[in-house]
Amino acid sequence: MAKIISDVVCPFCGTLCDDLEVKVSDDGKEILEVYNACVIGTEKFLHSQAKDRLTVPMKQDEEGNWNEVSVDDAVEYTAQMLCNAKKPLMYGWSSTNCEAQSKGHEIAELVGGVVDNTATVCHGTTLIAVQDVGVPSCTLGEVKNRADRIVFWGCNPAHAHPRHMSRYSIFPRGFFTGKGHKARKMVVVDPRSTDTAKMADLHMQIEQGRDYELLSALRVAIRGNPLPETVAGIPRETIQDVAETLKSGRFVVIFFGMGVTQSLSKNHNIDIAIALTRDLNDYTKAAIMPMRGHYNVTGSGQVLGWQFGYPFCVDLSRGFARYNPGDSTSNDLLRRGEVDAVFVLGSDPGAHFPISSVKKIAQLPSVCVEPHYTPTTAVCKLHMPVAFVGVEEGGCAYRMDNVPIETRKVVEPPEGMLSDEEFLERVLERVKEIKGVA
Amino acid sequence: MPEIELNLISGRTIHQGVSMEAGKEKPAYTKACGIIEMDDADFKRLGAWRNTNVRVTSEYGSVVVKAIQTTQGPHPGVAFIPMGPWANMVISPNTYSTGMPTFKGVPVKVEVAADEPVYDSLELVRKACRGEI
Ligand code: SF4
Repeated sequence: MAKIISDVVCPFCGTLCDDLEVKVSDDGKEILEVYNACVIGTEKFLHSQAKDRLTVPMKQDEEGNWNEVSVDDAVEYTAQMLCNAKKPLMYGWSSTNCEAQSKGHEIAELVGGVVDNTATVCHGTTLIAVQDVGVPSCTLGEVKNRADRIVFWGCNPAHAHPRHMSRYSIFPRGFFTGKGHKARKMVVVDPRSTDTAKMADLHMQIEQGRDYELLSALRVAIRGNPLPETVAGIPRETIQDVAETLKSGRFVVIFFGMGVTQSLSKNHNIDIAIALTRDLNDYTKAAIMPMRGHYNVTGSGQVLGWQFGYPFCVDLSRGFARYNPGDSTSNDLLRRGEVDAVFVLGSDPGAHFPISSVKKIAQLPSVCVEPHYTPTTAVCKLHMPVAFVGVEEGGCAYRMDNVPIETRKVVEPPEGMLSDEEFLERVLERVKEIKGVA
Repeated sequence: MPEIELNLISGRTIHQGVSMEAGKEKPAYTKACGIIEMDDADFKRLGAWRNTNVRVTSEYGSVVVKAIQTTQGPHPGVAFIPMGPWANMVISPNTYSTGMPTFKGVPVKVEVAADEPVYDSLELVRKACRGEI
């Protein structure tokens, strides 16, 4: 007899769907089926059961050969590496729970490390903009129940957040949005005709990288001031049309993604998107929200925020917290050769950092705590496999709208497998011994 | 051999997400991300068949990927490589004091490289780190 576990939270993207049902075998060891999740979420649960899964830590020797080591050795190597480094980079934290994050930060404080999360290559520029100008935002519940004008700017939820539109933003019928998508207008801004754009009422196929101009033009159009014939490849009439559509709504929400955060202009694109949102509030209600990628990257920002006052790239090497994007951010530190050890947990810089940064990681003492084989584990000196958080371990995670949700454990990890938090706890103990602190 | 210039952007696709979760060492990940999506008009300019291997080169590096017909077009002049190690061989690492590399909007040259292999993700990163490619 199999049993069904309900209200399971998906640990993949920032939508953090909390309505999954997972069928597990009677002994609670095997996942048989996953219901309600999108294909990516389903794969995340099912792949945790892979037969070829790594369960023993592996260390690379001088010649590049991999050998199995004990968990004790892995703890020892990690603690020694962090204590011996002048300025270790402790990167990742977005695919784990808040409990593990805060444990990792304790270690970082003791060893004088830099703690950075995946926002650094994702919504870091958003965080800079929010700190510069503030942000009028809301929750996804409010979007579902109230929003009738939805803008997706430089994001493609059909691919990156597959259930976002059906659970919150376009299709659901909410308290004041009883007609669902029939009463909502959807605007997409993207240089490609994406699968999201194909569903839109209005698609502005913007010239790549000209977001600042178009956002600026929309502010002009909303005030009814004159515009040139085209801006960023979009005809004046279309811009005016979009401005009118937004003004005539009861509640506008602008969702934005990597199209704005990673193109040139970076944080300035978001500054002006926030300014547009503020302008719209002169006519109707409007809010703006980043489409966060990893399921708990928002939580990492939150925990860093409570503990050190800053949401990413916190440099503790001087004994107090410093935050200076461009200086204390992972890629800048790596490229300038300013860190002398790298600890990675809950992310994959090997796959997602520019190759020039990955080359630097490959030259340094390095540890990767990760259940999968990844390009990061391929170049790190020690690969420590752990349990899947959100599948084999519960804990707190923050959804993209900053709502904390308790994730659920659905199956037991393989025998003897540590969770992120347990591994960090053991490293912390050893670091305290080495440093001589009680 | 003709060579064309395109504006490269990278980003997520659903295949990228699924194959990544299924294991980055598996062939499905290479199939999903070791590609460049090009517009029909750009295939014509390059004078190449679809599904041929091409070499993509920017100021910052070079990589061999398979050129496929864009799934989310048309967007002449714009090329798309799903986020991952292949894209990261050529995107701009410059952060302009924000911490954020420039993953979108990188000028690249594309030329046919039918006989050159597309490496899998682990091999690609290892070779690049050892200076072999
Ligand atoms: S939309 Fe995101 S959170 Fe929801 S099931 Fe898919 S991957 Fe998981």
